[in-house]
Amino acid sequence: MDAFDEHGIDPALLRGLTQRRLSRRQLFRTAGVGAATLSLGALLEACGVQGGGSSGGGTTSASAAAGFDWSSQTLHHELDFANWPYYIDTHKGDHPSLDLFTKQTGIKVNYRPVINDNAAFFATIKPSLEAGKPTGWDIVVITNGAQLSELIANNWLIPLDQSKLTNFKKYASPLVKDPAYDPGNKYTVTWQSGFTGIAYSPAATKALGHEPTSVSDLWDPRLKGHVGMMSDNTELGSVGMLKLGIEPSTSTPDDWKKTATILQQQKNDGLVRNYYDQSYINALENGDTWITQAWSGDVFIANESGYPELKFIVPQEGVMSWHDNMMIPVMAANPLDAITYMDYVYQPKIAAMLANYIWYVTPVPEAKPLVAKMPGGKPVASSPLVFPDQSVVSKAHDYYTFTGHQDLSEWNSIFEPIIQS
Amino acid sequence: MEQHLRADHPVIAAGRHRTRLGKWLAPYGLISPGGLWLLVFFVVPMFTMLMLSLETPVATTGFVNAGYRFTWHVAQFGDALSQYHTEFVRSLLYGTFVTVVSLVVGYPAAYWIAFRGGDRKTIYLFLLLLPFFVSFVIRSLAWQFLLSDNGIVLGTLERIHLLPFGFRIIGTAWAVMAGITYNSLPFMVLPLYVSLEKIDVSVVEAAQDLYSNGREVFTKVIFPLSVPGIFAGFLLTFVPAVGDYVNATILGGPTTTMIGNIIQFQFLQAQDYPMASALSFILMSVLLVGIIAYARILGTRQIEEYV
Repeated sequence: MDAFDEHGIDPALLRGLTQRRLSRRQLFRTAGVGAATLSLGALLEACGVQGGGSSGGGTTSASAAAGFDWSSQTLHHELDFANWPYYIDTHKGDHPSLDLFTKQTGIKVNYRPVINDNAAFFATIKPSLEAGKPTGWDIVVITNGAQLSELIANNWLIPLDQSKLTNFKKYASPLVKDPAYDPGNKYTVTWQSGFTGIAYSPAATKALGHEPTSVSDLWDPRLKGHVGMMSDNTELGSVGMLKLGIEPSTSTPDDWKKTATILQQQKNDGLVRNYYDQSYINALENGDTWITQAWSGDVFIANESGYPELKFIVPQEGVMSWHDNMMIPVMAANPLDAITYMDYVYQPKIAAMLANYIWYVTPVPEAKPLVAKMPGGKPVASSPLVFPDQSVVSKAHDYYTFTGHQDLSEWNSIFEPIIQS
Repeated sequence: MEQHLRADHPVIAAGRHRTRLGKWLAPYGLISPGGLWLLVFFVVPMFTMLMLSLETPVATTGFVNAGYRFTWHVAQFGDALSQYHTEFVRSLLYGTFVTVVSLVVGYPAAYWIAFRGGDRKTIYLFLLLLPFFVSFVIRSLAWQFLLSDNGIVLGTLERIHLLPFGFRIIGTAWAVMAGITYNSLPFMVLPLYVSLEKIDVSVVEAAQDLYSNGREVFTKVIFPLSVPGIFAGFLLTFVPAVGDYVNATILGGPTTTMIGNIIQFQFLQAQDYPMASALSFILMSVLLVGIIAYARILGTRQIEEYV
């Protein structure tokens, strides 16, 4: 039931950790507030574009994507890459995997860690996409979810030339091949993945009288006022469904309403300390919460930065699994350079370089022996959170894939009032 | 020798005309940079927002966007109010509390600096503004850290049994209001200081000569003369406090959501722009009406002097 303890990960991983690293999710909780403020301007601009009641905003770009001709593309030896902070291997300010790419292909990468939040970043590129103009990016990294679905539905992504994804075909884990949100990897390939499970501190064990093992522990009255839930309503709704034994990916609006009832009850009973964004990990560190929903990478960074007592578990009901994906927005200036890079990172050697720094789930299982040989790589290679084994994979659940604005707004109207009231 | 020029000589008439026109134009010329700024960055967005709040999305299937259509959807405002009146009322209550506390705390400070500050007034004002050299998000995060359950303050007090087990500050309405108060205090103190500093000491002496005791000097002379400062302080404190969402995010809990959080959610997460616009517009209107009423009470003359 507790996959990570079986592997003795806590002490082992800690020993291998020599470098203080910030998790990207930890970082963008600070940056997110500023980013939100900044992107408001972009949003107003977006409103201006749409405000005129123009219809068919996507027509120009739609035709551009549908008739995309890969055969006429040439390399421009340039690549504009938007990613999340602390989400690539870094050594003394350089990114060795990018430098190697430039050396091998002659493509210079303009790497910018500008994405702090899917919705906020999407709001910055949406006006350009609607106007049929280039976004300025050749690769963007976006999590599977409503924004990605919207990008695909509006033909705002360039369909990938499958013949150029040879490394992907050969080395990609079955977990990231042909995902429900992008059948056949028509538009996206995964950058890294991760899990949403449960993290807790010894205070929770003390209050419960045993180690937490289940999603239901988030509803235990003995932890009243010290339960952390996520303010992302997709995460919140999904964990509620896990508790009720509902499979999130195939759930219906009736299931959502049932789930909302138990989540509202949890709040009314005073169990929930707060609905957290990425700051959930600080609340756990500070003792505000004893048990909380958590992302797989963060707890290990907390372990290493002075909180070794915190633990991450895969609850018996399962974990949610998410994927951050690379994609090429329409009108991108350098699509061939972009797809070259997208396939490049699927070489086990490169994937190993990335995995040994990022600590989320790498999409290339064959990187494992290579990571083990790298300095400090042994605990990373044996971590089921970086190279998930069957015990974790069998418990991974997919999110509900939104089909349109209708079910998205229905979901929002059911779950959001729990958080916002 | 000297040629007599008649006043209606074309050259002179033109010159005088130019001067008169120039005099008439000068004030407009002087306000045009600010006016243009307001037009471009306030009036135009306001109008766009109002239009947007009356629009409805064009119905499509799936995630295809077809923009919005202007439909005079006035019901949007009703929906916004019925759905989020709790947050509106809560924000106004928090704002009022913050303003009153800032005034009560800030007035003595401003008074002391203005009348007892001596040569060091500048230093005191600098000290007052010193925390503002750090981003206010960082300052709020620092409070979150300091006041957390196991933090330096609560953790220690709990350990020596001065506080009951499980006592908490973070996540309560008090934490949110205290956070906003902390952030807005200087905006109350500075205008108060300006109005108090302007008071001529001889007026105070005159009151004393007329047998006013200390309290009467304050209530009949100093306080009335500082009313414009109170008004300016109110504007600078109350308006941002009501719209604040950062403190509720960082220091609040599940029952302290403010209207700013809702607007942020509607804009950035839900991307329901008409709803977000309607909410923003309601908030702005409520504040504007409140301010006008308040200005009437305190008298417009002083406002013109200070605002």
